Amino acid sequence: MMTVKDIAEKLNLNAVCDEENTDREVTGCYIGDLLSLVMSKAQSGDAWITIQGNINVPAVASLTDSAMVIIAENMQLDPQALKRAESEGIPTYTTDKSAFQLACEIKECL
Amino acid sequence: MAENTVKLHYNVDADDFTVAGEASGAVKKVLKQLGFSPEVIRRVAVAMYECEINMVIHANGGHIDVEITPEKIRMIHTDEGPGIKDIDKAMQEGYSTADEKVRELGFGAGMGLPNMKRYTDDMKITTEVGVGTVVDMTVFVNK
Repeated sequence: MMTVKDIAEKLNLNAVCDEENTDREVTGCYIGDLLSLVMSKAQSGDAWITIQGNINVPAVASLTDSAMVIIAENMQLDPQALKRAESEGIPTYTTDKSAFQLACEIKECL
Repeated sequence: MAENTVKLHYNVDADDFTVAGEASGAVKKVLKQLGFSPEVIRRVAVAMYECEINMVIHANGGHIDVEITPEKIRMIHTDEGPGIKDIDKAMQEGYSTADEKVRELGFGAGMGLPNMKRYTDDMKITTEVGVGTVVDMTVFVNK
């Protein structure tokens, strides 16, 4: 079983919000930046990889019950979005890796 | 019906993405507390969130009334926005009238209304150009 914490460590991700829910199991992965598509496709327990860092990201992560959010390509989480991620308890990380790289590494972990 | 019905009311502010999702998030929590299945909760939350975002983007906000019974969850979204000119077009995946700013935020892909329809069991749209729109959606629990 790979938890959020395990994935974050293994992939060397930068934590921006990891106070809560990091012991949760990650069961899959979804990549997407169009939030409506993410809402209809991401599954509960997914590591969601995106380049979006706006206020809607934690909300969509919460609605889809994603286990964690990974913001790729050195993109950053807005301060407002960070506040929301903290209040919703959504583990959120940034990295300079690409979505493809992340997905390949996650596949090795699961 | 009276004693088994939970009624909730939310206001949605115009042009404020920071609060969009508050109503659906709150309803999600209530449904969780009431013991509804994750699938039902997800369908309700996604449909409501899409509708909330639409109200913020297109309609200067509005209000949402939610009725929860053990059998179904009904969400009535009411706004006094510009109305929908062509509902058939609006229901097509990929059709959008959202501007660049909205697209940068990850919306405006023309999937809002199709998602709402997909995730609910019943959806009625009453709209009049220049007057407003009512989107009335129901998710049945045992379907």
